[in-house]
Amino acid sequence: MIPDSVRDDFPILSRAIGKKPLVYLDNAATTQKPRAMIDTVSRFYEFENANIHRGVHYLSMNATDAHDRARERIARAIGAPDPRGIVFVRGTTEAINLVAAGLAEEIGPGDEIVLTLLEHHANVVPWQLLAQRRGAVLRFAPVTDAGRIDVEGFRGCFSDRTKIAAFTAVSNALGTITPAAELTRIAKERGATVLIDGAQAVPHGRVDVAGLGCDFFAFSGHKVFGPDGIGVLWGHRERLDAMPPYQGGGDMIERVSVEGSTFRQAPERFEAGTPNISGAIGLAAAFDYLEGLGLEALAARERALLDYATERIGGIPGVRLLGPDDTREKVGVLSFTMDSAHPHDIGTILDTEGIAIRAGHHCAQPLMDRLGLAGTARASFAFYNTIEEVDRLAEGILKVKRFFD
Amino acid sequence: MDDELDDLYQEIILSHNKRPRNMGPLEPHSHEAEGYNPLCGDRYRIYVREGDDGKIEAVTFDGEGCAISKASASILTEAVKNHTRAEVDAKIAEALELLTAKEEPKVDLMTLGELAALAGVRKFPPRVKCATLAWHTLASALKDAGTISTEG
Repeated sequence: MIPDSVRDDFPILSRAIGKKPLVYLDNAATTQKPRAMIDTVSRFYEFENANIHRGVHYLSMNATDAHDRARERIARAIGAPDPRGIVFVRGTTEAINLVAAGLAEEIGPGDEIVLTLLEHHANVVPWQLLAQRRGAVLRFAPVTDAGRIDVEGFRGCFSDRTKIAAFTAVSNALGTITPAAELTRIAKERGATVLIDGAQAVPHGRVDVAGLGCDFFAFSGHKVFGPDGIGVLWGHRERLDAMPPYQGGGDMIERVSVEGSTFRQAPERFEAGTPNISGAIGLAAAFDYLEGLGLEALAARERALLDYATERIGGIPGVRLLGPDDTREKVGVLSFTMDSAHPHDIGTILDTEGIAIRAGHHCAQPLMDRLGLAGTARASFAFYNTIEEVDRLAEGILKVKRFFD
Repeated sequence: MDDELDDLYQEIILSHNKRPRNMGPLEPHSHEAEGYNPLCGDRYRIYVREGDDGKIEAVTFDGEGCAISKASASILTEAVKNHTRAEVDAKIAEALELLTAKEEPKVDLMTLGELAALAGVRKFPPRVKCATLAWHTLASALKDAGTISTEG
């Protein structure tokens, strides 16, 4: 078992908010950064900084190598068979927009795109924009009261017109783990192109994009203890190479003349301009750090926290936990409402105790509408959280009750 | 921090949150508008009945949101009733000054009545928009300007 001293690897965790030690329970929004990752990024800027793919000089060649190695490292971390299927983007949102733009030519009036009611807005709005532009139709697979995707309902969304299915592997609002491999199989049987939003899945354990069977998989660096502004779109090479470029510019071209240009294959085709070099290197360092500790050990620690929190917080009268009851169906997310207090008031009072949670609709308004909620309070755990912090959350919630009950 | 929290969640605020005054649609009404905060989902509709003499006869609200936004709306409905349009405009300006002033607000807390209870929100910048939402919505209703958004 990984000890609490793992916290020492994260400089920010020792700071105070006001006079109270920080209790950081907003990991589903963004994770804190290990010293090893911060140092890697600092070292790059202090000793190794140069642009890639350009210079014949030493630093440029070194930076190019480091950037290539980062791509290989990240491919290995998520089970991608070919590093050239790793496209560096700003984050999950950009990855999904890239795919939506790239598939636009394949979508015509009346064609259908299947989503689910569990999605983050990042996996809804790009498809809405695409549907508006091309006259396509969106179908939303239903979600049960407990926040699971209704698999039969999902199956029922498909027709001969279905071209794309896009769904999340883990709900950001509730923490529900979806049966992503099964949903992919259903979608592929109907001939749909499948994109999986992995933003909330990669932080919580081993991901195997090849095993999932999807065409595209997207995630963000900042949610996996890496830098912000870097993310990954993984795609099958042949799918990527068949898509038109996303943005035009340097690095993505073979040859430019006044008559026109020809474009490189993936991943460069989708990486116009100078990329986030330090971000890619930092993200690779984050995976080094996580795998050094052991992904299974990290997941076990997080599960122990979720089990304890579910019992401790769920046992407070007037608190209602959302999502599946069985914690094995969830990652470390505790989404809850209180009979007497609105999520924002809960968030403000917890903040005065140094406890950071998220309050609101979690960019998942279709799900909130489905559950009949304006929003929830969400405590989300990472492996560096502790049982004592869950106790402090419980005490904070009792303080909320003192104001509002 | 706890003192500031006590300032924010004063008894008056908690009481208006628990038992909002003048909640529900108003029929007939002469003006209405919706106010929406897309960042947090707070949403209120404000209904106004203006009398032939130009006085505000009644104001009600409905919708959903946090304790601060709800208490603010509830206090608003009582604060502007039986006042002339000019007086209501002045009250709106006064309320917004109280809630958003960067320095000490230039308002007389003694004349504000229950509105003064909202002053504590200034110590909680993320919550200021909760408190101002109803007042902006009332201003929009009186101008027949329709839906307003805090992120417009």
